[in-house]
Amino acid sequence: MVIHVENIQKSFGKQEVLKGIDLDFFEGQIYSILGPNGSGKTTFMKSILGLVKPNNGKIMVGGSDGMKDHEYRSNIGYVPQIARFPENLKVNEVIDLVTSIRKQPSFPQEFVELFQIESFLNQRLKNLSGGTRQKVNLVLALMFKSDILILDEPTTGLDPINTIRLKELLLQLKSEGKTIIVTTHILHLAEELSDDIIFLLEGHVKYHGSTDRLLKLSHTKNLEEAIAAILQGEIDSEEETPVVNIYNRKKNA
Amino acid sequence: MLSVFKYCLFDLLRSRWSIVYTLFYLLSSASLLYFSNSATNAVASLMNIVLFITPLVSLLLGVIYFYQNRDFAELLLAQPIRRSQYFYGNYFGLSLSLVINLLVGFGLPMLFIGNGLQILQELSIVLLAGVMLTLIFSALALLITLRNENRVLGFGYAIVVWLFFAVIYDGLFLILLLWFNDYPLEKFAMIGTVLNPMDLSRVMILLKLDLSALMGFTGASFRQFFGSTAGFFVSLSSALIWITLPLYLLIRKGNTKDF
Repeated sequence: MVIHVENIQKSFGKQEVLKGIDLDFFEGQIYSILGPNGSGKTTFMKSILGLVKPNNGKIMVGGSDGMKDHEYRSNIGYVPQIARFPENLKVNEVIDLVTSIRKQPSFPQEFVELFQIESFLNQRLKNLSGGTRQKVNLVLALMFKSDILILDEPTTGLDPINTIRLKELLLQLKSEGKTIIVTTHILHLAEELSDDIIFLLEGHVKYHGSTDRLLKLSHTKNLEEAIAAILQGEIDSEEETPVVNIYNRKKNA
Repeated sequence: MLSVFKYCLFDLLRSRWSIVYTLFYLLSSASLLYFSNSATNAVASLMNIVLFITPLVSLLLGVIYFYQNRDFAELLLAQPIRRSQYFYGNYFGLSLSLVINLLVGFGLPMLFIGNGLQILQELSIVLLAGVMLTLIFSALALLITLRNENRVLGFGYAIVVWLFFAVIYDGLFLILLLWFNDYPLEKFAMIGTVLNPMDLSRVMILLKLDLSALMGFTGASFRQFFGSTAGFFVSLSSALIWITLPLYLLIRKGNTKDF
């Protein structure tokens, strides 16, 4: 197991965003975290990264305590939801800056080529389009070849060609044994990519398991309909126990 | 910390704000030193500019800069870096860039024009006060942005903090002095001065300028106190507390804040 999350709770003032989340993430798997706006997806991902400090619970990443340590983040590549950079910096400089903070060897070139942003390397970030900034955001997360990738809406602003490139890249990284956690609103992308779907609703894990299992449980043909079924309460997680960790096979293996 | 510090410093030094700030000091100090009849007058005018403008610019520029980089902070804090290191890097980057602006804008005319005027020592004290105020108010700016997610509120607080130290504090202080006019107030006046970094800087400069005679008996006792070794250490400790306290509070807040 790469990431172990136990009973994570987080409130912002009176608003309870995460109400006790238990999840395990394994190597060589892609996990899609789905859920309506405000369901706690971003807060959950930020908790793993130490950006949000949970009120309660335990987070272990590769054996390190995610609530205390900071070195464990050298093993995580992160794409934040909003790609905003200091306006005066050039693309090259921001790559150098993150490399110098991380003190790790970085390999930006292959991702710069993949997303075709070579010609923007010497331009200031304020002059770039939203899509190009998102590509820079992706390069920054991928260039350390980290074992864990956390991507918050990685396809925002990307055109279809680059979305396909990203999808292929993620599948390739998965085959190399990386653990990838993605949030997205594009359900067909989640369906094509993920080994597992984690559906969050009002701070609870409403469903956790494979897409096939979800389709079977909800008697639907695609993820869109299945999600609608969850939202309409047609799948009651507590009765059907889809939330119960279906990874016992992996744990025992 | 060093990478964050270097990046903040260079990012700020080449920003338009920074250039305008340097030019402002360059023009005002050069013209005051060049055209003023008396060197003391020039120093007194420069003192007022430094005392009011340095805290205001440190606060506003700090607040603007940190709010601008709010989203980028998220990306950097997701890297293997201690939060305290990140905030120290930001603080020293901001304050050093402002100190460099001040040194260039104020120090160059001082060396080239002020040198002949035999007031280099007085000018150095004004410059030192400027550096101290920059260090204090940059820390306050970072603290304000960390404590307020709402940018409009953050700006509001920055302006209120500046108004408080520049105007309101002195007003309250004077009212209290008038109310308790019948009592010996030297000690109270001294404590009141030491507690406000802008007042402290002003008194230190005025004492150096031999203008303390204008302040009557209080001036004499100020001179006696601040001229002594004890007075020097009290002033120095007050300035150091004003720098370290906001820094301590901002690191504490930064360590627990959700990004």
